[in-house]
Amino acid sequence: MTIWLLIAGTAVLTVLIKAAGPVVLGGRELPARVMGVIALTPPVLLAALVVTSALADGQRLQVDASTAGVAVGGLLLWRRRSLVLAVVAAVVVTASLRALG
Amino acid sequence: MDEAFRRGLRLGLPFSLVAFLLSLSFGVLAVQAGFSPLQAIVMSAVVHAGSAQVAAVAIIAGGGGVVPGIAAGGLMNARFLAMGIALAPSLPGGPLSRGLQGQTVVDPSWVLANRGDGTFDRWQLFGSTVPQYVGWVSGTVVGAFAGDVVGDTDRFGLDAVFPTFFLALLLVELRDPRTRRVALAGAVIALALVPFAPPGIPILVAGIAALVGLRR
Repeated sequence: MTIWLLIAGTAVLTVLIKAAGPVVLGGRELPARVMGVIALTPPVLLAALVVTSALADGQRLQVDASTAGVAVGGLLLWRRRSLVLAVVAAVVVTASLRALG
Repeated sequence: MDEAFRRGLRLGLPFSLVAFLLSLSFGVLAVQAGFSPLQAIVMSAVVHAGSAQVAAVAIIAGGGGVVPGIAAGGLMNARFLAMGIALAPSLPGGPLSRGLQGQTVVDPSWVLANRGDGTFDRWQLFGSTVPQYVGWVSGTVVGAFAGDVVGDTDRFGLDAVFPTFFLALLLVELRDPRTRRVALAGAVIALALVPFAPPGIPILVAGIAALVGLRR
């Protein structure tokens, strides 16, 4: 029962969070300065997601095998290789380092 | 509309493979935390937000209660608040219709639909979410039933998938040199907050770096 409550609660909260912006602010033009801020939100949020998912474990900062894997994946992406190749490389490097370590 | 939707489907395809891998690890984690396979699959089908699902399951696995679990998931999803606000002016229709359209936001779709001038192509957003949803649910099915066989997903390096996936999305944005300094600022703010704020909040707070856009 606990788990079903968790699932229902997380689902409802996610729906509310995703609906909030479009319901409250949608359907009208916003000032140009606001659009300037909006245009900059993708790089900011993504940069924050990359560093927190790569370097944070809960509230702890850490560097481990996956950091090296992500770095290799990032290098491939930077050289314009495909996402799937980069992800596979990141996984293989991380798993290999752990198998060796 | 048709063309943008089809373009979205095509662009979403590689991300659906990555979604499959991510949700496979979620399925394994969930079953190890005491979920039945059905519960893991239902959660992916009705939540469709990876980091929130993992955060909520981790709280339960650690012996935490339902409310802290839901709160942890909500905090991880806080970024969708910012994404929804950004998307809002691009969605037509009444409040209910806009709220429903907003449900299709997942990180890659939102980035792919972004035209770079503050507006979004909503049909491309819808299109790219479809294959990712399929990948997300089917990965969970595999993970939930293979969980006992797989064991520790970290051993297979699957924890490297999530950051690499976000890095791919970030690199697309960084092709515009004007975004680089503000992205760096966002990264620094997020990292600085990690030790002090609950997971998810550093990402939302990093969003304030985008306020430099007010100058233009």
